[in-house]
Parts: sequence; C-alpha cells; structure tokens
Amino acid sequence: MIPIEQWINKVNSNQRLVASGRWLNLNFTFGYGDEDYLFKIKDGQLITIYKRIILTESGVFRIHAEKNCWKKHWLETPPRDYHDIFAMLAKKIVTIDGNLIPLIQNLQYFKDIIASNRNTKTQLGLK
Amino acid sequence: MKKDTIEFEDIIGRYFTLNINDQNYRIYVEEAGSGIPLICLHTAGSDGRQFRHILNDKKITEKYRVIVFDLPWHGKSNPPLGFQNLDYKLTTSFYKQIIMSFCHKYSLEKPVIMGCSMGGRVVLHLALEQNEYFRAVIALEGSDKLEPYYDLDWLYRPDVHGGMVQAAFVSSQIAPQSPDEFRHETLWHYMQGGPGVFKGDLYFYWHDGDFDDRSSLIDTSICPVYLLSGEYDCSCTPEKTMETASRIKGSKAKIIKGVGHFPMSENPELFKSYIHPILNEILEKV
Repeated sequence: MIPIEQWINKVNSNQRLVASGRWLNLNFTFGYGDEDYLFKIKDGQLITIYKRIILTESGVFRIHAEKNCWKKHWLETPPRDYHDIFAMLAKKIVTIDGNLIPLIQNLQYFKDIIASNRNTKTQLGLK
Repeated sequence: MKKDTIEFEDIIGRYFTLNINDQNYRIYVEEAGSGIPLICLHTAGSDGRQFRHILNDKKITEKYRVIVFDLPWHGKSNPPLGFQNLDYKLTTSFYKQIIMSFCHKYSLEKPVIMGCSMGGRVVLHLALEQNEYFRAVIALEGSDKLEPYYDLDWLYRPDVHGGMVQAAFVSSQIAPQSPDEFRHETLWHYMQGGPGVFKGDLYFYWHDGDFDDRSSLIDTSICPVYLLSGEYDCSCTPEKTMETASRIKGSKAKIIKGVGHFPMSENPELFKSYIHPILNEILEKV
C-alpha cells in the first residue's frame, strides 16, 4: 500500500503537470466507491488529499467511480473503457457533477492528476 | 565544399480552387505514388497530416496513387469567403458534395476511398449512393449509428481554450500502448483546429450522419466494404463497428488490438499490418 503522500509527491514532482495547472486554486471531490476524498489544489500544486468527513465540505466538482473501476484505471496498461476518464464517461463508468467549467478548462491536467496514481502495485492507500 | 543533400519525403503538396454551389474553396491536397487512386479522408477537427505514414509507405505507393486533401476549414484549406459571418456545421449532404466534387475535378477513375471517424462514416454513405463509382470503401472507426457522450458546446466557447480541450477530449480515444511520439503528434493536430470547426464536424459525426436505417441497402458485390476499428476507441467502439458490419451484408470487419480511434496516425506500423492485406485484396480484383 502506498501512502497518499506518495500520490501528492508524484504530482508535485512533475513540473510540467504543475505548470499546466498553475492558474488553478480550488478543491475537487474524488469519489472512490462510497467514500469521497477532497483534493486541494493551489497554483497547480496538489496540497493535500483528505477523506471527506464533514459533509458540508465539498469540491467545485466531483468525479466518481466505483473502487474496482479506479483500480482498473490505475493498472499499468488499463483495459479499454478504463484507460481514460472520458473513455470511462462514454461507458458511464464514471460520473461527473458540479461546476464543470474549471474541469473542462483544465481537463488534461485533472486527467493526469488522477492518472498519476497509475503504475503502482497498490494505489493511494485507499482500501 | 560538399553540399548537404536534402532527403525529401515522397509527398507533394499543392493548392487548387474547388467550386461547390457557386462558392470557391481553396483546397490543399497532398499526394504520392501512382496506380489506383486511394483517397484518404481525415477525422473531425483534424487534417490530412494524419495520413503522412500512408503517403510515405512505398509498399502502398508502388501500386496506389494516394491522395489526401484537407476539407475546407481544416488544415491548410481555407474556409470560404465571408466565413467570419458563418457558423460552420458539416452536413451529410455538403460532405458528400465536397468529396464527389473533388473526385470529379481530379477526373479519378474507380478510386478506392478510405476515411477515418467522420471520414469512416461518410464512406459508408458513398458505398450506398456511389457504388458504381468507387472501387471499394474502407471505413476506419466508421459506424452507421453513434451516440454522443459529451456536450458539443464545450468545444466552442470563449472561456475554454478550443485547442486544449479538443486534444484533452480526443486523448481518451488513443490507446495507452500507442507510441508517445505519435500520440502527441495526433493531439497536436487537434490543438491546431480553427474555432468551432471540430464542433461543426461533430454535427455530421454524431447527429446528421446516422443512417443505420439504410446501411443494409449497400451492395458489397458492386462496391466492397471494409471496416477496421481500434480496440480502445471509446467513440466508434468495436461493438458499434461490428453492429454496422452486421447490417452491411458481405462487408469485412476487423478490430485492431491495442489501438484507438486514429490507427493511421497513433500507431502507423501496427496499422500498416492491417491495411496492407486489404489494399492487396483490392488489387487482386483488378
């Protein structure tokens, strides 16, 4: 199991990725099965990921899929329909809600942040 | 002092003016090779550069005259005069008119036509309506029935960068196995499209171009139909392609493992291993 810290480090050590999100200052919600996690972004850096406990806390938008679907997404070579968030959307495996403008304005950035958890034996430290 | 020699590619690019419905369109066209004309049609929101590996493939150009043109509004083909006052929207009727006007202007005899994505859709229309004219049609990522999965308005609004969002949308349609070099080249083409052009193309691709109610009327004994689609294509999925093939009696369909929506540009070598046998089969019938 890798700690959340490792995911954060993976994002923040990718200078190109951070630079591409440099205009972003927001929180978004990552739905992992029946759990929600908040991703806090400042100037393109991923500041923290934490489990949503207080229900009034929320992100600008929410991207949700079942745990087993994210696990397929994070495989080194993901199977078809799981290889990209928009491929998952086309197959209705993922749902996207909320204010989508910042998501669409920075779509590749958000795809890459989530895909940064790829290529590891166990992801995120989430069970 | 010895001069460096330039190793030019075989591709020759030229411009000409095509008149359609009393409107002039300055068209950019590339070609290479000699033999049976093979017209290649690019995908929505992109241009003919997608076919550079086919134009440079001597195994193909020894037998085929490969011709690739940019549709009006795309690549180096201009939009028509007064475009600034128009909303671009590709209709089935206009798309077919462009292609047939091009073919007649070039005086092509019994060409083969191969298109990808929206090009793969329109060639199926042509197999039905122009079956005596075309020697064969090859539909790459082509289907007679598709379903939209995102709102086209995202593609053309001032608070979203068109080039960036187009590339981010279609990156979902490229297989993870495709070489990075060609993945990013394919995306680069999308980053360069004119404002609203991809959206206008998708009107044909997702809405106006459906014809599953008529595709069964295609007579493949007159005009053979080949369909090739990538395993990772989340737009024209393998299922959509096989459903289309099941409605076109006598058509030949294959799914290319480990490739997405842009086989000729995202993984050219893999694509060649699928397209060579098809082109050879067409040649055998000559």
